[in-house]
Amino acid sequence: MRAADDVELRSEIEQFLYHEAWLLDQGRLDEWLGLFTDDATYWIPLQANQADPLTTSSIVYDDRRLLEVRVRQLRHPRAHARIPAPRTVHQVGNVSVVDAAESGDVRVGSTLVLVEYRRERQRVWGALVEHRLRRSTEGLRIAAKRVDLVNSEAELDGIVCLF
Amino acid sequence: MNIQSIKGLVQPDRVHRAVYTDPTLFELEMARVFGRAWLILGHESQVRSPGDFFTTRMGREPVIVTRHTDGSVRVLVNRCAHRGARVCETAAGTTAEFVCAYHGWTYGTDGRLARLPLPDGYARPAGESIGGGLARVPRVEAYRGFLFASLAEHGPPLAEFLGPLRTSFDDFVERAPDGEVEVAGGVFKHAYQGNWKLVLENHNDTVHPAFVHASSIWAARQEPAAAEGAYSEIGVRQMLQNGAPWEVWENTGLWVAGYGHSWMADYHDDSRLVAALAHPAFAEYRAALEQRLGPEGAARVLGELRWNSIAYPNCSFMSQFRQLRVVHPIAVDRTVVYAYSFRLRGAPERMFRDTIAFSNVVNGTASPVLTDDLEVYERTQQGLGARGSDWVFLGRGQGRDLPDREGTRRGRSGTSEVHIRNQFAAWLEYMTAES
Ligand code: FES
Ligand SMILES: [Fe+2]
Repeated sequence: MRAADDVELRSEIEQFLYHEAWLLDQGRLDEWLGLFTDDATYWIPLQANQADPLTTSSIVYDDRRLLEVRVRQLRHPRAHARIPAPRTVHQVGNVSVVDAAESGDVRVGSTLVLVEYRRERQRVWGALVEHRLRRSTEGLRIAAKRVDLVNSEAELDGIVCLF
Repeated sequence: MNIQSIKGLVQPDRVHRAVYTDPTLFELEMARVFGRAWLILGHESQVRSPGDFFTTRMGREPVIVTRHTDGSVRVLVNRCAHRGARVCETAAGTTAEFVCAYHGWTYGTDGRLARLPLPDGYARPAGESIGGGLARVPRVEAYRGFLFASLAEHGPPLAEFLGPLRTSFDDFVERAPDGEVEVAGGVFKHAYQGNWKLVLENHNDTVHPAFVHASSIWAARQEPAAAEGAYSEIGVRQMLQNGAPWEVWENTGLWVAGYGHSWMADYHDDSRLVAALAHPAFAEYRAALEQRLGPEGAARVLGELRWNSIAYPNCSFMSQFRQLRVVHPIAVDRTVVYAYSFRLRGAPERMFRDTIAFSNVVNGTASPVLTDDLEVYERTQQGLGARGSDWVFLGRGQGRDLPDREGTRRGRSGTSEVHIRNQFAAWLEYMTAES
């Protein structure tokens, strides 16, 4: 891959991640969900360096179907923990293309600082994020997203915001 | 607070809100309830070999649970006998000794002081002055591999304390084809701004799911059936089960026993969630279980439909779904719950994957289900701070409970609040007993 392509790809990916963050901060969650492929997974491991989502518990491990349930839930008038929805700022940084084969998915690393406010309480989250992005006719799509919270192993109050 | 005024807080069908909000009562609870009862620590598989240890709390007391070289399990207070530093900072591991970070006093896995620097600097041996080493929790016992300890020198033996609730632990272990279970798959640590009793009162509350979990039930109902073997199947089915009609909850069995214990049974016959049925994923498991128990024995074990069991005051578990929750009170309005999963030894790996999928949806810190429970605990704690009304009403089913086998009582319906009244009866005994 030539250097010029590199710059182009990097900038395309950055724009994509910023757009994803913007959708989350605007509460445009159906559009956010639309960024994921049908076979996507959305994973927030419980343990540092967790190898596997199937034999170790995870703070979140959603296939596309569970992710839809999660997003749909907050439209119910009695979604107690999610009404009011948290207001958030997703700050994406340190974007780097980890792995980009000519064909196939692009692995992208980034950092996330998230400030969340809900009901008189502000929380700050930090995470290392990895996206596996896939090209489709509508542009880039998320085939897998992994969010490693720096405090994933801490004693944590309930988490309702999306990362 | 004197005995008479404590007695006034608990009445047959109501309790005073102070039991959830008063910091003075909380301190008394730590001494009299958590300082007296048998508390669950974990499971023997966490300290399988000599030198293995894990750290946890008994109430607020930090402890180290170790397997000593002689094979016994010791429970040591995690506090240096010299000038008080915490001795062990690691959640779990294997070691020959514990070395204090401050001045290097070093303890064996039985807590005995093995050595210290400059031992000549004392008028008499330092070990003597400090009573030998780390303080030891006086009573430690196990039931079917589940480790308990009590901070009190005297009290009923564990088997008597558990009473008929032992059958729920039996159910937990009997389900393993090898007759053994082990902790595996990580531990959730979820916290809420509310009193420790709220979570124990909720786990056998069968009226709450329809309201607390309304949004996840509604969201799950719109999902078409998943492909066979899909990961989400377990989670979606559990959300749907929360939306069972009233007659299911009314007909659920709800038992209470001495010392505040309770359990729910005869519930939950979903054909994919429950390990009893003809689902292809379970065929291999059932065969393995039949190897040990024979077809009738296996059918008996798999036909047991228990849901939550509570060993008051710090343990809530699900034998059928291989989950154990340990309740740690932190302050009158702050609680942390550790949730463990277990592997059935000898069962196909597929069973354990189901356990993990189940734990993510039932005990996960960001679960669409659990987060609504936590939210309601916090709202309850806030509401109970109001001075306009002092009483918490627990009257559902009161006066209609039925005496049952082995000294247990059963709610006439599964929606009875008998389990909460029973917890407060035990609470009152602990809180007002002389010693
Ligand atoms: S406090 Fe532990 S060695 Fe001094
Ligand atoms: Fe619940």
